[in-house]
Amino acid sequence: MAEPPRSPTISVFYLNVLIVAACGLIYELLAATLASYLLGDSITQFSLIIGLFISALGAGAFVSRYVDRGIARVFLEVELGVALLGGVSAPLLFFAFARSAAFYVVLYSLVFLIGTLVGLELPLLMRILREHLSFKDLVSRVLSFDYLGALLASILFPLVFVPRLGLVRTSLAVGVLNALVGLWGTYTMRGLLHGGVAGLRARAALVIGLLTVGIAFADRLTTLAEAQMFPDEVVYAKQSPYQRIVVTRGGAGFQLYLNGNLQFSSVDERRYHEALVHPALLVRGGAKRVLVLGGGDGLALREIERWPVERVTLVDLDPDMTALSDKFPPLGELNRHAFRDPRLTVVHADAMIWLEEGTDRWDAAIVDFPDPNNFALGKLYTTRFYRLLARRLAPGATVAVQSTSPLFARESFWCIVRTLEAAGFKVAPYQATVPSFGVWGFALARLDPFEPPRSVAAAPSGLAFLNDDALAAMFRFSADMTPVPVEVNRLDNQVLVRTYEREWRRWD
Amino acid sequence: MTANLTRRDFLAAFLGAPIAAACARRPPPRPPGELVGASDAFGHLLRDEPPPRPAAWTRERVAIVGGGVAGLAAAWRLHHAGFTDFRLFELEGAPGGTARAGDAYPWGAHYVPAPTRDNPALLLLLGEMGILDGTDADGEPVIAEQDLVRDPEERVYYRGRWYEGLYLHAGASPDDERQLATFLAEIQRWVDFRDGRGRRAFTLPTARASDDAEVTALDRESFRDWAGRRGFTSPRLLWLLDYACRDDYCTTLDGTSAWAGVFYFASRATRSAAESRPLMTWPQGNGRLVAHLWRRVADRARLDAAACDVAPGDAGVDVTFRARRGDPFGVRAERVIFAAPQFVARRTIRGLPDDRAGFEYGAWMVANLHLGGRPLGRGFPLAWDNVLYDSPSLGYVVATHQRGPEQGPTVLTYYYPLVGDGAAARRALLAAGQPEWADVALADLGRAHPEIADLVERVDVMRWGHAMIRPRPGFVWGARARGAPFRGVHFACSDLSGVALFEEAFDHGVRAAEEVLASLGRPAESIR
Repeated sequence: MAEPPRSPTISVFYLNVLIVAACGLIYELLAATLASYLLGDSITQFSLIIGLFISALGAGAFVSRYVDRGIARVFLEVELGVALLGGVSAPLLFFAFARSAAFYVVLYSLVFLIGTLVGLELPLLMRILREHLSFKDLVSRVLSFDYLGALLASILFPLVFVPRLGLVRTSLAVGVLNALVGLWGTYTMRGLLHGGVAGLRARAALVIGLLTVGIAFADRLTTLAEAQMFPDEVVYAKQSPYQRIVVTRGGAGFQLYLNGNLQFSSVDERRYHEALVHPALLVRGGAKRVLVLGGGDGLALREIERWPVERVTLVDLDPDMTALSDKFPPLGELNRHAFRDPRLTVVHADAMIWLEEGTDRWDAAIVDFPDPNNFALGKLYTTRFYRLLARRLAPGATVAVQSTSPLFARESFWCIVRTLEAAGFKVAPYQATVPSFGVWGFALARLDPFEPPRSVAAAPSGLAFLNDDALAAMFRFSADMTPVPVEVNRLDNQVLVRTYEREWRRWD
Repeated sequence: MTANLTRRDFLAAFLGAPIAAACARRPPPRPPGELVGASDAFGHLLRDEPPPRPAAWTRERVAIVGGGVAGLAAAWRLHHAGFTDFRLFELEGAPGGTARAGDAYPWGAHYVPAPTRDNPALLLLLGEMGILDGTDADGEPVIAEQDLVRDPEERVYYRGRWYEGLYLHAGASPDDERQLATFLAEIQRWVDFRDGRGRRAFTLPTARASDDAEVTALDRESFRDWAGRRGFTSPRLLWLLDYACRDDYCTTLDGTSAWAGVFYFASRATRSAAESRPLMTWPQGNGRLVAHLWRRVADRARLDAAACDVAPGDAGVDVTFRARRGDPFGVRAERVIFAAPQFVARRTIRGLPDDRAGFEYGAWMVANLHLGGRPLGRGFPLAWDNVLYDSPSLGYVVATHQRGPEQGPTVLTYYYPLVGDGAAARRALLAAGQPEWADVALADLGRAHPEIADLVERVDVMRWGHAMIRPRPGFVWGARARGAPFRGVHFACSDLSGVALFEEAFDHGVRAAEEVLASLGRPAESIR
């Protein structure tokens, strides 16, 4: 004959209710935040996910009636299930988002599944407590601890977890906490668990182990230190053979960073890319063959593809960069799926070697490399590079070169201009204000004399930034950006890298 | 002898006991690779066996013995004069001598300082190759940007960190910097020097340099004594001077004539000692120049043919060749351009007066390390020339530096000069095979790049027994007249100058060719 079950400490159960409720809400908030980061439209995402989660809680409550025996054991199994699913939810969603079109299916299934399991927990707990409390007390205490847990979660989530840990680590850490409570339950509810508990404890240990490995792996994805370098949440990070690619998402949209340097922010990138692309195509007029060097984000491509061009070739070193821009949905949407355009050819090569080896010629070239902050990039701003480019231009071809900030790096900007001139180009330097960068500089260049464009009338309609006034203002420089004496950047001196480093150090 | 030596013995012999001890705990990997040369066994037949009897004789107007830079330059000069009645013979299976190269990496000499106006013949060659870009304000030639060493040029590794440049400025005391300034001022004096005939003290080719007594007096003392008399005691300055001696002359401060030591620094500058002429280089090193010269010669050349007997006579010069494959053969030539080193001349040319005993050569090991990716390192980024401060090697150059790309697989060319006594150094060089030399290279570089063990895919090794002439004190100006023609045999080799530089080999080749043209009644206006 079995011993009569020992009554567990009631307060331990209240704590359990509190933690279960808090964890459940955190998973729900995680899914909603993540969905609004990745898909935008936060009102819809929060509304849908909260609704789905609450209905799943109901489904879980409904299913609880089919649990007849071993209630405590089922409760602990469910708790471990929630810990595992909730714990992996954020990394799993990021993974699904980056790699599969079935993101919505994964998102809503996961939310519903977690909701159902969380919904199962409370009724089961109440049934365990039923023998120790009157119905009146049971309902009042359990529900108040449940709501208290929800309050705790909704305060901790935005103020502590997300800013300190980020979404992926929050998800994994809360999962671990959840599983620890489950493991603890195998001790506090020992009296209610008929039969062995070794299997349960082993499973709890397994879940804790898996999630801990996940936390360690999250460090390989992005270290906490790296994540804190960025003002916003890191939603994608990859070390390609060439560079560290990071996409962040914040209130101000998406940002792309290469080796920690901001490449664009979706908030104001149209200012940058319209300024980069359209003046060159306006000056050339009727360009049929357009070359893009760098620009793996596809945003310059988007602007070019609005023109009736026949052939566009993009040369970017990094296949990971162009794949991300094509396949990562927010980037794909931002560049209007520029990589799917049938007129486009993508070449993964070192632009300098590619220019040297080829012979076909272009009507316009958009040169959009990261700033010259190392020697490998510095070579792409040398007289040699521009001479190779000149060899690949058809008569009357126009070139636009992103040329760093004439305000923050004034010498560097004019060094690029003078280097183009030394390579035989006529240059019209210009600048535009891009709030997330500051005042930004470009160089419009041609081998024959030319006038800067005066009107956008010939440009495609629907420009967000460029109009005739903006165009006129771009070719004027305020007193603090006018030319300064500089050396020409050559392969055998690389003065630009040294100048650039010295100038930007002042601002860091 | 080899059988009894362990890996550790070799490492201790070539890198010192502490490194060998460190490697004993974690030996470097043994990647595949081969011994590519030089052909010491084939070459040593000359020393060890009597010349064979030729199976057949042919006639040539001019025979060029040696397909290194001097021989190729001679052929180029003959060709330039419209004289094509010559044939060139080379012992190795590939042309170039110590400027030989693989597809995209060097096996030896790998740069040439941009020539000045003093070297019109070389400028003619560069113009032909499309490397010249006009002249600057001083009238000095401008070399095309892509043929000059890309910045960053060099860096030095010292106590866990890389620093830009070759002179170690980091941690230098005020006295160190003062001594460096004094040294540069002294060099500047020599850069500005002009003799009574307006000639520079140090220029290339050395045939154009001043023979003023004040200059040639430098040749009578060692570079160490020269430095000592000027109070140079700064360890890092002496390191720089020692590095220069090992780099260009394969010998020590004591073994280098002060003339050669000052020459290293002063001949490369036209205006300022602190700002030397830029260096020309290519992914395959001087193999780029060799490849261009070879195009003119290839159909008139025979490889794998070693001259083993040169018999000057009244009817011409009879040269017997040993072929690596096939029968020995003889060539009767009106003139021979002997474009091989003087230690070979001594053994092959009958009746040659023995005034060539003073020629002493240094031995080199060059290893090409094929890596799957770029080595990392703290401090200044990967440069063209990467030097380890406390290593008997000269460090490595990066084959992909000049053209890119900057990521992915690359080849490091590792240079190790054996600065000891010539014969002993050659024995040590040949005692170690590919595995042992690969060990040395990986253990040495492993100190700066621990990850090289994971990156290395292949290590090929070249052993140059007679890599370069050593300008011992008194040698350079001791017998300037050597190399005079001997009974129809004209000499062309950098060892005649006492400094093993491309410009010297090239100039000797051009000079010998012009001598031959004149002696055959086809005088051409000199391009030198």
